[in-house]
Amino acid sequence: MNSRRVITNSQHVASLTADQEVLVKVEGVSKKFCRSLKRSLWYGLCDIAGELSPFGRRDIAEDRRLEMVDGAQSSISHIPYTPAVAARDEDLREGEFYAVRDVSFELRRGECLGLIGHNGAGKTTLLKMLNGLIKPDHGRIEMNGRVGALIALGAGFNPILTGRENIYINGSVLGLSKKEIDEKIDEIIDFAEIGEFIDMPVQNYSSGMQVRLGFAVATTLDPDVLILDEVLAVGDARFRHKCYHRINKLIKNSAVIFVSHSMDFVAAICRSVALMQHGRMSLYRDPIKGIEAYNNLNTDHGTESIDGGAVFEIYPPVKAATVRLQEKPIGYGEAFPVEVEVESSEIIHNLTLSFTANDQQERPVMNWSLERTGTAWDLPKGRSVLRFAIDPLLLHAGRYSWNLWIGRKDSIEALVYAMRAGHFDVAWTWNPVAGIPYQPLATNFNVETKT
Amino acid sequence: MTSIHRKVYTPEPLLRHPVVMLREIAQDVWAGRELAWRLFLRDLRAGYRQTLLGYVWAFLPPLVAAATFIFLQSQGITRIEVVGVPYAAFALTGTLLWQIFVDALVSPSASFGAAKAMLVKINFPREAVLMGGFYMVLFNAAIRLVLIAAVVILWRIPVSPSLAFLPVAILGLLAAGFAIGVFITPISSLYGDAARAIPIVAGFWMLLTPVVYPPQTGGIAGWLATWNPISPLIITARECLTAQPLSVLGPFFLVTAGSLIVILLGLIGFRIAMPHLIERMGG
Repeated sequence: MNSRRVITNSQHVASLTADQEVLVKVEGVSKKFCRSLKRSLWYGLCDIAGELSPFGRRDIAEDRRLEMVDGAQSSISHIPYTPAVAARDEDLREGEFYAVRDVSFELRRGECLGLIGHNGAGKTTLLKMLNGLIKPDHGRIEMNGRVGALIALGAGFNPILTGRENIYINGSVLGLSKKEIDEKIDEIIDFAEIGEFIDMPVQNYSSGMQVRLGFAVATTLDPDVLILDEVLAVGDARFRHKCYHRINKLIKNSAVIFVSHSMDFVAAICRSVALMQHGRMSLYRDPIKGIEAYNNLNTDHGTESIDGGAVFEIYPPVKAATVRLQEKPIGYGEAFPVEVEVESSEIIHNLTLSFTANDQQERPVMNWSLERTGTAWDLPKGRSVLRFAIDPLLLHAGRYSWNLWIGRKDSIEALVYAMRAGHFDVAWTWNPVAGIPYQPLATNFNVETKT
Repeated sequence: MTSIHRKVYTPEPLLRHPVVMLREIAQDVWAGRELAWRLFLRDLRAGYRQTLLGYVWAFLPPLVAAATFIFLQSQGITRIEVVGVPYAAFALTGTLLWQIFVDALVSPSASFGAAKAMLVKINFPREAVLMGGFYMVLFNAAIRLVLIAAVVILWRIPVSPSLAFLPVAILGLLAAGFAIGVFITPISSLYGDAARAIPIVAGFWMLLTPVVYPPQTGGIAGWLATWNPISPLIITARECLTAQPLSVLGPFFLVTAGSLIVILLGLIGFRIAMPHLIERMGG
C-alpha cells in the first residue's frame, strides 16, 4: 500500500491488453455539491468563468499528475483505496460538501458491480460522472468502449407523437443510427409488447407501456459498459423478470454498474458490491458481505422506524405478559425459539395463539399460528410459560418486526395483542435470496405452569 | 464500431487542449447530425399538432407587428417617409426579416430548455440540440420568405439583380441572431432572468433598428443606424427585396463575419459550460 509509483502511458496500455480488459477505471474521484440553490448558481458561473480563463483553476490542474497507489491496480479489494490527491475540506467553498469523495475502482468486461447505499449517499452523482454528464472536481475517470446508461427510461419521448416515431427519436438520442433502428424495430416492439398500439400517441399509453418501450429501446444498444440505475424498480412482476433476464444476457459482454435498493437483485446479479455512505465508497469482493454492511447501516438508523408505533396490550383476566426472544441473529433454516410468560387471574379455556412477522417494508412474511393446526389449549391460573419454536425459520436475512396474538378460539376476543412490539434478526448466509419460502405449520407448542 | 473508443473525464479545463476540444466539437457536430434532424422532425410534427390554426402561428407575430405600424401610418399618427415602395410593403418586409433574426436569437436557449430532461440524464452530442433548433429556424425563415415573396408580388415591387444577394443577407441575419443566442444560452439556463428579458429586449431593439422606418441620418437614430449591428443586416436584406442599390455592404460583411466568429466561440463556451449547467439543472 505504501509504495507509490506514477503510471506512465506505456504501462497503462500494457495493463489494458491483459487477459481481461479494464473497461471502467475510476481513480480518486471527488465531486463537490452546494446545498443552497442561489449560491450553487453563482458558483456555476464562477466555475465556467474559471475554466474560460487560461489562468484560473491552477490547483485542479495539479490533479493531472495523479499518482496511483499499487493497491488500486489489482481488481476490487474491499479496502477503500486512498488517492494521492485526496479531496480536502479546504477546497470547499461556503455551503459546499463532497457528494462523492475519494472514490476509486476498476471494472473489467464480464464484471458486475452493485452500487448500494441510502438515498443521498452519492450514487447518482457518481453515475452522472461515469456517464460524462458532469465533471469530477478531483481525480480521473476512464471509460473504454460504448457506454449505455439505463438511467432515464424513455427520455426524449414526446407524448404527442406515436410510439414508432418515438422509437426513432429515442434510439438516435441513445446513439443508434436510423439503419440500426430499422433493423431492430420489430424486435423492440415485440419485446415491449406494444403490438398494435405502436402507431398511437405515446400520451395514451399506460405508464407501464411507456416504461416497457423505453427499456426495450435502451437495451437494444450493445454497450461495453452498462450503467443501470433502479431500472428493475418499474413495471409489473412478469416484465421485471423479462428485464432481469435481458440484463443478465447483456452482462456477459460488458462491464455493468448496477444500482438498486433491492438487495435480492443485487445479490443475484452482482459479483461485487460497492457501498456508498456520505460520498465515500467501500468495496466488497463478496456481495453478501456488502449487503450485510448495508443492512447494518439500515438498521442503525432504522431501528426507530421499525420499533415505532409498537403496541402491546393485555386484557383481563390476563394480568401480565412478557415475550422473550433469542437475541443473537438466527440462521436461515434454524429453529427460532419463542418464550411467552403470561400471568392470569383465572383459568382460561380454549385459546389459540399466532406469532407473525413483517419485514422492513411491512410485508407480512411469516404466520405461525395454532389456528392452522386446530390446536386449542388452556391457560392455567397464575404464572405460566408458553414455549414454542418456529422450526425451521425460513426467512431471508434481515430485520423483522414481530406480532403476537393470544385470544379465545371461538369468540376471537384478544387477551394479549402485540403489534410490531419488537424485532429479531436473521443472519446473512449464502442462501437462496430470491424466493419466498413457505413457513412450517405450528408445532412444538407447550404450556408449562410456573410455580 | 472499430477500435475501442476511450473517454477520459478529469477536472482539467478543456481549454488546456484546444485542438482536442475543437476536434471533439467537430466530431460531435458530425455524430449529432442525424439526431438533430430527428429532433427537428419531432418538433415540427409535434409543434402544431395540437393547434387549430397550425402553421398560421408561425406567420402571425410579424404580421401583427406590421399591421400595427401600417395602421398608425394609415391614420396619419406616424409619418414615415419611405422611398420606392408603399409603406405597407416596407413594414411587412421589415417585420418579417426582423422575425427571422429574433427566431435565430431565441432558438438556442429555447431548444436547450426543452431538452433539459434529456440533457441531465443521457450523454449524447449536445450540439445536436442546437442544430435541431437551427433547422427549425431555417424552416421558419423559409415560411417567412414565402410571405415576403407574396408581398413583393402583391405590391408589384420591381425585381432587380440584387435579389440574388438575398440568401446571403438572410444568412447574415440568421448568423447574427444565432451568435447572440448561443452566447446567452449558458446564462439563461442558470438564471431565469435571461429568458424573461429576451422578449422585452427584442421588442425594444426592433424599434431601435430601421425595421418599420428607413435608416435615419441625424440624432440618436442616425447613430444607431450606423452602430446597431443589426441595422446593416436589415437594411441590406430589404434593399435586395426592394430593388435598391446595396448601400451598407461593408458593415454587412463585417457583422456577418463577426457573427460567425462569435458562433464558434459560443459553441466552445457552450461545451465548456455544459457539465456545470447540467450539474445545476438537477434531475
